[in-house]
Amino acid sequence: MTDTAEKPVQRRIRTGEGWGTYVSGAVIVLGCLLPFYWMMVVAFRDVGYTFSTIPWPTHVTFDNFVAALNTSSGNNMLRAIGNSLVISAVTTTAAVLLGVTVSYALARLKFAGKGFVTGIILAASMFPGVALVTPLFQLFTDIGWIGTYQALVIPNISFALPLTIYTLTAFLHDLPWELEEAARVDGATRGQAFRKVILPLAAPAVFTTAILAFIATWNEYLLASQLSRPNVEPVTVAIARFSGDNPYIQPYAAIMAAGTIVTVPLVIMVLIFQRRIVAGLTAGGVKS
Amino acid sequence: MSDSAKTRRTDAEPAPTRRWRGDRASAAWLIAPAMIVLAIVIGYPIVSAIIQSFSQDRIFNEQTGFFEEGGFAGLQNYWGWLMQDCGNGINSCPRGTAGSQFWQSIGVTFFLTGVTVVIEVLLGFWIAIIMGRNLWGRGLLRAAVLVPWAIPTAVTAKLWAFIFAPQGIVNSITGLDTQWTTGTWELLTAVIIADVWKTTPFVALLILAGLQMIPKDVYDAAKMDGATRWQQFTKVTLPLVKPALLVAILFRLLDALRMYDLPAIMQGNTSGPATTMSMLVTATIREGQFANASALSTIVFLIIFACAFLMVKGLGVNAVDQAQPNRRKVGAGKSKKGTSADTSSTKAVVMPREDAGGK
Repeated sequence: MTDTAEKPVQRRIRTGEGWGTYVSGAVIVLGCLLPFYWMMVVAFRDVGYTFSTIPWPTHVTFDNFVAALNTSSGNNMLRAIGNSLVISAVTTTAAVLLGVTVSYALARLKFAGKGFVTGIILAASMFPGVALVTPLFQLFTDIGWIGTYQALVIPNISFALPLTIYTLTAFLHDLPWELEEAARVDGATRGQAFRKVILPLAAPAVFTTAILAFIATWNEYLLASQLSRPNVEPVTVAIARFSGDNPYIQPYAAIMAAGTIVTVPLVIMVLIFQRRIVAGLTAGGVKS
Repeated sequence: MSDSAKTRRTDAEPAPTRRWRGDRASAAWLIAPAMIVLAIVIGYPIVSAIIQSFSQDRIFNEQTGFFEEGGFAGLQNYWGWLMQDCGNGINSCPRGTAGSQFWQSIGVTFFLTGVTVVIEVLLGFWIAIIMGRNLWGRGLLRAAVLVPWAIPTAVTAKLWAFIFAPQGIVNSITGLDTQWTTGTWELLTAVIIADVWKTTPFVALLILAGLQMIPKDVYDAAKMDGATRWQQFTKVTLPLVKPALLVAILFRLLDALRMYDLPAIMQGNTSGPATTMSMLVTATIREGQFANASALSTIVFLIIFACAFLMVKGLGVNAVDQAQPNRRKVGAGKSKKGTSADTSSTKAVVMPREDAGGK
């Protein structure tokens, strides 16, 4: 919304940028998109021409996608996509449910130890995931959880929850809290004022935070690579260990097709919610 | 104008004396569940890793044919990593084992961190400046920048491994025959390029948010005083964007120090020339040396903690203020204000003026 507010002013002051800016802009756009474009070109190109350097789509075929979804070489992309959906959805839901009350308290209430709580959340969000792997691997092995969803969801909460709290607190602080005061003056309890007035206003912020937590969980690789078995592995692990009929040859065409299947829905979602995501990313200053 | 902004802010907060006690009680209930969960998912593993790091891995007794519990080991595991001591004195770890790669992995991690963070901040600053300009097709630019960020790191790693494959597009176009995935410097270069591609957009977005908080009148005033474009950049832009920039650098630094996905997948193995600290931990787990892995992950944790501490103390990065809106001082935490534009446009317009007025 800042943009729409700023635009008219900027247009009046600045009457267009020099060609240097446009060249720079074009370089940035091409730099960001070309590798992604190349993945899709190869995904749709006949496997015999994988290493061809023709920059536009040639020998178009869907065979690579068939190969990507094929389960005969120990891969199972569809199952992995389903696993990722389950793991990400459960992690995100848990993180948002647990995080929303903390964010409310941090953004709204005054209490002793607030700095301490904020410090813990920040420290947790910068915590190296690898420090969790050894004890969790042993624990989950001992109690027979390796190969279950909970063995992946529970560690994921370690980064999804701090991220949720951090981002959501920044959003919630900027809500018009005067309305809550007004509701309380009208006789609403704190809980009622929160549910009936603040929650509807906060819904977009919660939604944005949920998207960010979902993407972060969807992209997680380190924990999943150590704590999963093929039956519950998420897409990141499935793609990383994707193998073809010949173990000594990387089936790049099929991998690019698998990458396209996993990535394109994500990119579309990100572009739809572009504005919110940028706001959320910079609000918390969170990690990618 | 700064008055109105300040009253708005204080109005929105409850009077401390009146609600203090009630707030404290409800805050405890609101915060407790998440804190308990964090204690379970982070606190428990960390404590158990530290305890285990002081014990010895079980040893195979050749006479009985059973594994024996190793018992208490003191600082032996730490000594083993730091001195490359695998039981027969300093530097006794056989080549190729995880034990012998400790200092190499630290070197690789810090090298990758240093190079990627410098490139990403410089490149990100440039991209942020271009994105902030009012050019035709700005929507396309902003959308394009989000694409590398949206792609999962595992897919990014495979994509760049393909681009840098022996017969891949890079070698085909340049006519080289470089073995990007096996040579030390070649692989590190490939990892750096992939990481820069993946992460620079995120840095650029953070810096852009900081840049957008600088009010236009400051530039107008500088222009009036006859400042050149370069002077405007060094005397106005840099000091005002500094808090947001430092927080972006802090986040990137801590993220880069735990780098795992890209080098692990591009190298195709957790031991090799691009093995980072995190990869060495998983390699040690795979060797079944859990006590050793615990000691290593504790060392990694301490290194990252020390870097964060140095950044916060040495450079004055104020991430707590950034994250804690109510205590935020004027001038700190600017990056956040502008980005909350979606939820409240009025404040986003009012606040920067207040910040500038406070300077």
